[in-house]
Amino acid sequence: MLGLNRKDTTFLIIVVLLTLFTPFLMQPFSEGSAMAQFNGGYPDLMAKVAIFGIFAMGFNILFGLTGYLSFGHAAFLGVGSYSAVWMFKLLTLNVFPAIILAVIIGGVFSLVIGYISLRRSGIYFSILTLAMAEMSYRLAYSVLTPITNGETGLQVRATDPRIFDGEGAADYPNLFGLELSTSQKWEVLGHVFTFNVGYYFCALIAIVMFYLSMRIFRSPFGLILRATKSNQQRLSYTGLSTRPYALAAFVISGMYAGLAGGLLAAMDPLAGAERMVWTASGEVVIMTILGGAGTLLGPVLGAGAIKYLENIFSKINENVLHEWFHFMPEWLADPIVFILSRFTGEGWHLTLGLMFMAVVIFLPGGLIEGGQRIANRFRKKPPEDDDAEHHPKAAPHVAE
Amino acid sequence: MAILEVKGVGKRFGGLHALSDVNLSVQENIVHAIIGPNGAGKSTLLNCLVGKLMPDTGSVLFQGQSVLGRKPHEINQMGISRVFQTPEIFGDLSVLENMLIPVFAKRDGSFRLHPFETVEHEAEVIDKAMEMLVEVNMADKRNMHAAALSRGDKRRLEMAMCLVQEPKLLLLDEPTAGMARANTNKTIDLLKQIMDQRDITMAIIEHDMHVVFSLADRITVLAQGTPLVEDTPENIKGHPKVKEAYLGETAA
Repeated sequence: MLGLNRKDTTFLIIVVLLTLFTPFLMQPFSEGSAMAQFNGGYPDLMAKVAIFGIFAMGFNILFGLTGYLSFGHAAFLGVGSYSAVWMFKLLTLNVFPAIILAVIIGGVFSLVIGYISLRRSGIYFSILTLAMAEMSYRLAYSVLTPITNGETGLQVRATDPRIFDGEGAADYPNLFGLELSTSQKWEVLGHVFTFNVGYYFCALIAIVMFYLSMRIFRSPFGLILRATKSNQQRLSYTGLSTRPYALAAFVISGMYAGLAGGLLAAMDPLAGAERMVWTASGEVVIMTILGGAGTLLGPVLGAGAIKYLENIFSKINENVLHEWFHFMPEWLADPIVFILSRFTGEGWHLTLGLMFMAVVIFLPGGLIEGGQRIANRFRKKPPEDDDAEHHPKAAPHVAE
Repeated sequence: MAILEVKGVGKRFGGLHALSDVNLSVQENIVHAIIGPNGAGKSTLLNCLVGKLMPDTGSVLFQGQSVLGRKPHEINQMGISRVFQTPEIFGDLSVLENMLIPVFAKRDGSFRLHPFETVEHEAEVIDKAMEMLVEVNMADKRNMHAAALSRGDKRRLEMAMCLVQEPKLLLLDEPTAGMARANTNKTIDLLKQIMDQRDITMAIIEHDMHVVFSLADRITVLAQGTPLVEDTPENIKGHPKVKEAYLGETAA
């Protein structure tokens, strides 16, 4: 189906089902129960998972396949957001023009930055992309204030022209009038499930992007990208020009990033320079490696895991911790709360760092490898090794 | 007719004259060996032929066209393939995938954006790659990780990847370096078989005199960056100058 073999079709159908049922899957605990704070089924978080899933999927096409480690992909995300908000301001709050422009501008930006950065490989490539992204951030933050509105960020205002929006048009990003913030709540057996237009819109696009990345992985183009990671010398002595292939991968991943940026703006119509800062570029690297670089689903899982945990952990402040440990005597509870509170709430990045270290050291193939190890233990048979790409080896991540 | 014509090539690295005034012509459909003691400039010469190094002077013509200033991938597309001293293959890919890439490169040229075709549906390409794997007796290893192959198999795979592109000229840089005698003989047989079955010319750099004298139709002896003599193996064996420069210590 759709040019996929049976195994991939099944895989795609599973992904589609998982995405469609996310509002249930991320809401496993009933409302009012002690575990309710671990529920993640609210629209904002779910949409973020889909959007950062797209971002990581695109990053994976560059990093997972070719091994070129870009530290500047947040620049394309930010550029996508700015273009989308400008479309909202100038044309219409309908999301389609915004998203289309975000993809195009993301592609153009990545073409320029990729063309320059790909003159070098390995660590020098990473440094060049990092430098470019920091420059973009500085430009957005101060120099280009007339376009980006500097540190305040770009917002949609009532005075904007919005030439295609007539009187009484929706004043929130919408799909031909249907506002993305529209939600339908469904209460059943003490659970509250929320179905949000914005989430389903992002999820639908994420599915399409997942399908596209699957096609790229299975194409001769994808095969040659994997060969780039493996041995560039052999590739050029085999008659293939390596740089255009790497640049094509770079631009494709830049367009994915631009799309993700556009969707972020569609969910919340403002764009700020902090979206382009280098830690944001680092985050997508962590998502991809955490989930499993070079695998199809890994980056999405990584993005989901990080966004979910970020939400949950940041909510656990000292008060919550005290509540958990109030059954203990105070002299015992206080130190425990003190230590744990370093890792939760504001300090959640400490947890993320530890988690990342553990994955890189013990599971170089990411969550996907973890899942496979568990599956193999249950099946009690040696892992099949017919599909190299689904069994990533502990190979160096950076192209030499 | 000469397929490769090297005229007056010189290359300096700082004060070192790695090559000076090298003249060499490789005739079509023969095995032409280039031998010489360490530091004679054999590898430098080879690197000048494939676009890795740019000589300071002289010209290199392949089928009448200059190869100088062209990139390695362009030279490959002209019909020159190269086998490296240590096998260069795609270690992270399967053996079959390794074979598919040169077939795609031959069919599609040095760059083609084809992100929405599917490798599995390219029956012709897969058939061609499989045919070649059968020819080198590696069809049963097609799903193996190339990095897991034995050294001898890696060498065969690399040669198969070169041959599947049907090059006019195959350059081999010490193809038996570091091999046990049994494997060396296997490689010699494989190369002989290739010469018998294909319309191909080989230029081979080799240290092992056993390999050279089993294969070569023509031998050039390089010493201190210049060709000393060029002749048939029989005449080279007895040549006094050659004995003095090289064979004196190693073979004779």
